[in-house]
Amino acid sequence: MDVELQLTVENLLSRYVHAIDDDRLQDWPGFFTEKGRYRITTAENYERGLPLSIIYADSRAMLHDRVSALRHANIYEAQRYRHIVSSTLVERIDAHSARATSNFQVVRIMHTGESMLFASGRYLDRIRMNGDGGEPQFEERVVILDSRSVDTLLAIPL
Amino acid sequence: MSAAPESRAWPAEGITRVPYWVYQDEDIYAREQERIYRGATWNFLGLEAELPDPGDFKTTFVGEMPVVVSRDLQGALRCFENRCAHRGALLCLKGRGNTKEITCIYHNWTYDLEGNLTGVAFRRGVRGLGGMPEDARPESEAPRKLRVATFCGLMFATLSEATPSIEQYIGPEVAAKIRRVMKEPVKLLGGYSQALPSNWKLYFENVKDTYHASLLHLFFSTFRLNRLEQKGGVIVGGEGGSHVSFTMMKTDLAGDEYERAGMRSVSGGYRLEAPQMLESVDEFGDGVTLQILTVFPGFVLQQIMNCLAVRQVLPKGVAGTELVWTAFGYVSDDERMAELRLKQSNLVGPAGYISLEDGAATGFVQRGVAGASARASVVEMGGRGVESNESRVTETSVRGLWQQYRRHMGL
Repeated sequence: MDVELQLTVENLLSRYVHAIDDDRLQDWPGFFTEKGRYRITTAENYERGLPLSIIYADSRAMLHDRVSALRHANIYEAQRYRHIVSSTLVERIDAHSARATSNFQVVRIMHTGESMLFASGRYLDRIRMNGDGGEPQFEERVVILDSRSVDTLLAIPL
Repeated sequence: MSAAPESRAWPAEGITRVPYWVYQDEDIYAREQERIYRGATWNFLGLEAELPDPGDFKTTFVGEMPVVVSRDLQGALRCFENRCAHRGALLCLKGRGNTKEITCIYHNWTYDLEGNLTGVAFRRGVRGLGGMPEDARPESEAPRKLRVATFCGLMFATLSEATPSIEQYIGPEVAAKIRRVMKEPVKLLGGYSQALPSNWKLYFENVKDTYHASLLHLFFSTFRLNRLEQKGGVIVGGEGGSHVSFTMMKTDLAGDEYERAGMRSVSGGYRLEAPQMLESVDEFGDGVTLQILTVFPGFVLQQIMNCLAVRQVLPKGVAGTELVWTAFGYVSDDERMAELRLKQSNLVGPAGYISLEDGAATGFVQRGVAGASARASVVEMGGRGVESNESRVTETSVRGLWQQYRRHMGL
């Protein structure tokens, strides 16, 4: 096993979820390359080969738009997430990129005090190891929800 | 929080007042199952394109009643209760699949794809022992068959013989707007569900409520996708519970009604970094950029620019609703069109730029009225009647819903 690669990827995954859980959404697009792709879909769509996503972005600019909309346009009750990411398998593609598969759970904490298991699933990532500033960045992050159903709304990204 | 439906009196004002018990009362909910879902209504089942081949089936619901929808081996669409004649177990456990016959896992009773009981395991016993009496007629408790109607590739079912033809039920003007969107063979893009923390009628009202769209959904207003001063209208059809609202975006008059009223809906200077998502194609050739259409009690057809979807509204208890979204394009879509539809799907669903709030807003009503079952909401925008309207500052289609609802419910 390439221990350094494993640790570098796990560190990226950890920094990503801390940025979201700490409500630093403005930092979220920076985890992606400029042409980075991000989408959330369900295991059902994924397994049936159906392309529909719940969120779909094919550029960092689209992720910036998502953050702007959440900050300035969309209305939703105050809430936070707590991501738990585990079981990360890393595989080197070439000298500059790697593939990673991880499990995740997300607890959603509403301002009223209600906590619930909001989402579980897998992250399927393709990572450029030497992105902006030499830091690793996602070229693609596919979030596959285990369930076909989302409770109420999905505002904050996963 | 329950009282006999007979003791529930609708407010004297009629359809301009909606009493809050209608979203809360267990007995009302039970009566809805009987009189609406199992009564003389057409219930949306899905797209015919979901069942292209003989032997294809899916499971869904008519109200709370589980049903199997199948394409039988002769190619005809069938719908029957998902309930074994024997002990009432679910016949089909899978969401979808393809099969020649259906077998109840409990005691191995078998059914064909029309819902007919075709086999009872050990009916004559084993070696002369056990089995059913000669005159037993388990078929008498067979799953009920529903009448199936398709209209433009949409599948509907009804348990009642009294339900009028699907086109008559929808009404000619609204039916014409279904034809507009379902104009050619469709291709499934995928789906998902949204669990809403509210009574089904709160969501159905929300879809029919053209007044809220540009006030709650800031994304619309900021990009002038649905400013109320834009050209458009509302058509109410059928028994009142069908409606279609539409907007023609390019006719924006750039008015300043919102700014003058100082409404939250408008904030200046907000621009997208990747506006390509909103570069829509006028694929219907009529300039209508947004069309929302409903058929009582639980069907929604949506065209938001080039994002096309059907939504099935399923009741899940007094204070819960499952909203089943199915997005589609056309078989004829080229790669660019397919990509545009996927991008514009960011506008809808649980994370949709212009639909995200609806899941929460209906829940805010459910929570807000918790202590007010004897009070009522005020539905007087655009007058007190049910008629088509050129303005969308109206609740005419919400009143239409209550007109049809009260007739079915005897309230």
